[in-house]
Amino acid sequence: MKQGIVYPVLIFLLLAGVAIAATLSMLIGPSGIGFSQLLGVIGRGDDGIAWTIISEIRLPRTILAVMVGATLGLSGATLQGFLRNPLADPGLVGVSSMAALGAVLALYTGISAVFPLALPLMAIGGGLACVVLLQGLAGRGGMLTLILAGVAISSLAGALTSLALNLSPNPYAALEIVFWLLGSVTDRSMDHVLLAAPFMLAGWLVLAWTAPALNALTLGEEAAVSLGVDLRRTRALVVTGTALSVGAAVAVSGAIGFVGLVTPHLLRPLVGHSPARLLPASALGGALLLTAADVLVRVITPGSELRLGVATALIGAPFFIWLVIRARTELES
Amino acid sequence: MKLEAKSITVIAGETKIVSDAALQIGEGEFVGLIGPNGAGKSTLLRAMVGVRPRNAGEVMLDGRPFESFTPRERARRIAFLPQERRVEWRLPVRDVVMLGRYPHHAGFGGPTTADRVAVEQAIAAVDVTGLEDRPAAVLSAGEKARVLLARALAVEAPILIADEPIAALDPYHQLHVMEILRDQARAGRAVLVVLHDLMLASRFMDRLALMSDGKIVAEGTPADVLSDSRLRDVYRVDAIRGVEAGAAWLSPWSRASERA
Repeated sequence: MKQGIVYPVLIFLLLAGVAIAATLSMLIGPSGIGFSQLLGVIGRGDDGIAWTIISEIRLPRTILAVMVGATLGLSGATLQGFLRNPLADPGLVGVSSMAALGAVLALYTGISAVFPLALPLMAIGGGLACVVLLQGLAGRGGMLTLILAGVAISSLAGALTSLALNLSPNPYAALEIVFWLLGSVTDRSMDHVLLAAPFMLAGWLVLAWTAPALNALTLGEEAAVSLGVDLRRTRALVVTGTALSVGAAVAVSGAIGFVGLVTPHLLRPLVGHSPARLLPASALGGALLLTAADVLVRVITPGSELRLGVATALIGAPFFIWLVIRARTELES
Repeated sequence: MKLEAKSITVIAGETKIVSDAALQIGEGEFVGLIGPNGAGKSTLLRAMVGVRPRNAGEVMLDGRPFESFTPRERARRIAFLPQERRVEWRLPVRDVVMLGRYPHHAGFGGPTTADRVAVEQAIAAVDVTGLEDRPAAVLSAGEKARVLLARALAVEAPILIADEPIAALDPYHQLHVMEILRDQARAGRAVLVVLHDLMLASRFMDRLALMSDGKIVAEGTPADVLSDSRLRDVYRVDAIRGVEAGAAWLSPWSRASERA
């Protein structure tokens, strides 16, 4: 079983894919501004309506799709490698639900109506609170403790989100919460980008730092420790990196599922199953998938746009079922 | 290089798993740690390697306290082969063996020439040449055990510690792994192995340490340690003995309680 594709070539192809998807994302939208106008706008930098649409609607949307996708792909691959559990994704350790809870509270209390950036800020706060909870609950335990703590935190955050919906003052507020939870990168501003990007970048760096330890963990915890891996430090890096990047991603896009779960599975065979080499590939793959999905929702349902989180779940879930069937035949043959 | 465990005690809950145990290995020695199930062998081994905390006692590496080394410095000096033969993610054999090089660099960047040489030598030493590109997870038990042994050899540490490296292997591969480990000791490494097979222990090892109820109850040459009375007391078995080509052997034959 030779590796099918050379690693640098794979990375180059993924980069090219992200570039193409991002370009398409800049070109497609209800206003019908096409390639020549895009070039014109970039060349002249004029301040007409085309410039406004491109710089204030499509550009932040594209940047966020790329960055949120990369965050989900990277954190999914890191968590799967660290927990050595193919079902792990950013949702499993509770970060997504805690960040969503922060955002829901901003919507519920109405703070976000007065001060729009309160929503992403409170979501990031939720993600960071999750780190404190996880370290407190599972800071000394093993992998299983971390998963159990994550599930417990997720359940609690989910319950509190339901409570907020239940008690919401009017149907409109409830609807706003529900739609936000579906996940989207539409109608975001450069403020959102500037707010979330530093957290995501910091999170990426922290996660990338764990790469060598993830490889050693392939042999199990005891062997990894005997090879010089500091398990406690690695766990702290994984949890912090996930909370920073995914917290910020959820803060600006809502809960977008399946990208973090499916992307690592897709790319793992192409990187020779190495958890460390999977990280950059999965980050680029996540960016490509989410940006492409965001273009797709604009093309297939123009006007009443399909929510991005709904689209990724609709594509992701059947795909995951196919992966399960394939893995089953592989295991049982 | 010498590894020395002094009055190690490990407690889990209310139970003393290892109690005041001392054990040391030095260059060129092939030492067996033996004892019945639950005697505390694996726990003592783990405490000596630093993958499990101890409640009391000291581990000295090269005359210095264990804790004065960074995890990576320690990992370059002691290679540990756990009992659990686990390889996740269908990682190919060559990459698995390469993980033995982890303590030698930060882990970022590609392997150096020294890394490649160490990996090739380790693969050749355990005779898994030709399997380099196969996923280790799908190999047979014997192949997987040898691949993981190659991973431990690739560390090129002066001390090699293995927990039941021949468990679940067929006789051919048991003998093969014992020969590899003995050759490592002959090449100057300190090799400490937990094992259950008294026949192989008595035949291959320079020195045996016998554990019972968390304590080292006897230590010395195989002939000294594996006396009839100790086999009866500690293992509750009677053995048959013989001499083959000048070497004494023994094999457990009946449960001692049956005869009494």
